Amino acid sequence: MHIPDGYLGPTTFVVMYLIMIPIWLYAGYWVQKSLRSRQIPYLALGAAFSFVIMMFNVPVPGGSSGHAVGSALVGIILGPWTAVVTTSCALLIQCLVFGDGGITAFGANCFNMGTVIPFVGYYSYKLIAGNSDLTSNLRIAAAAIGGYLGLSIAAGVAGFEMGIQPILEHTAAGIPLYMPYGLNVTIPAMLIDHMGFFSWVELIVTGLGFAYIAKNSPEVIFDYKSTADKKPEVTPGAAAS
Amino acid sequence: MIDLSQMDKTFKILLAAMVVLVILVPVGLIATGTAFGEWGPDELQSAVGFVPTGLQQLSDLWTPLLPDYDFPGGHDTLATQAPGYYVSAIVGSVIVGGVAFLIGKAVIKRDDTN
Repeated sequence: MHIPDGYLGPTTFVVMYLIMIPIWLYAGYWVQKSLRSRQIPYLALGAAFSFVIMMFNVPVPGGSSGHAVGSALVGIILGPWTAVVTTSCALLIQCLVFGDGGITAFGANCFNMGTVIPFVGYYSYKLIAGNSDLTSNLRIAAAAIGGYLGLSIAAGVAGFEMGIQPILEHTAAGIPLYMPYGLNVTIPAMLIDHMGFFSWVELIVTGLGFAYIAKNSPEVIFDYKSTADKKPEVTPGAAAS
Repeated sequence: MIDLSQMDKTFKILLAAMVVLVILVPVGLIATGTAFGEWGPDELQSAVGFVPTGLQQLSDLWTPLLPDYDFPGGHDTLATQAPGYYVSAIVGSVIVGGVAFLIGKAVIKRDDTN
């Protein structure tokens, strides 16, 4: 889903940067307001995790390939705004050092993978999990499904950004200047590859990661107190919240 | 900056899981196809018969240090790609983790006492 330079025209990539600027600023503000200094190593680990998990390419029939992103798990554990920061760090280094994802498309990639995935993932998880116990199977399934939906919807959004290029940017004769395929190709292609394959990897990674942390170290989860008020022996102050 | 003895057990276990992921990273080389919408100009040429002019202009905007997570030289077997892939995974996760750590240090001012 790393859109390279040249696939989005100036109108789209400038708009995507303009959308990302307030999101980056608010994410920084949220992290400052909500995280504590002992969580800084987790912030670093979350970013490095996203980077490495994206190197696990999965082949799909037809010769294409792709990967999970890991930002749904970071979003559920450290908060979706934190995942904006960690995923943007990973995408920045991927783009500058490894040429994976374009510089012009950096805003779009941070929106698709660094914003859509964690927010869709986190809110799907919250909605499905409801008031269930922190270590319940329902909550683990909710995290897993959050990962699946987050990556799938982000893929659709990326497909939309690429697919509108032939409409927005073309020569006087109608020849596309950037991404040559339209929405009728890009959206189905992105959705089928992700919903059929890569989102399942995101589902497994998010479910396993969440299950491990919820069982062994729930205090790492940023909204632990609000989701675990049934366990007063671990969080004495939670009954009042 | 990071004092291992001060770290809690969970962090150490998650860090160990990260090391395992890095060790397993060549698994990601099994998939050789290009992801949808990430083709190079040559691949587009053979797929649609032309390279859009705007795409051609922007596509070589930046020359990365380790393009495609590999050393230069056009390796095409898993065994020759693996060293570059390992170095990319290690260098990349250290830089990414370092950047996020520095952002965290700069932004997060509160500890558990306030």
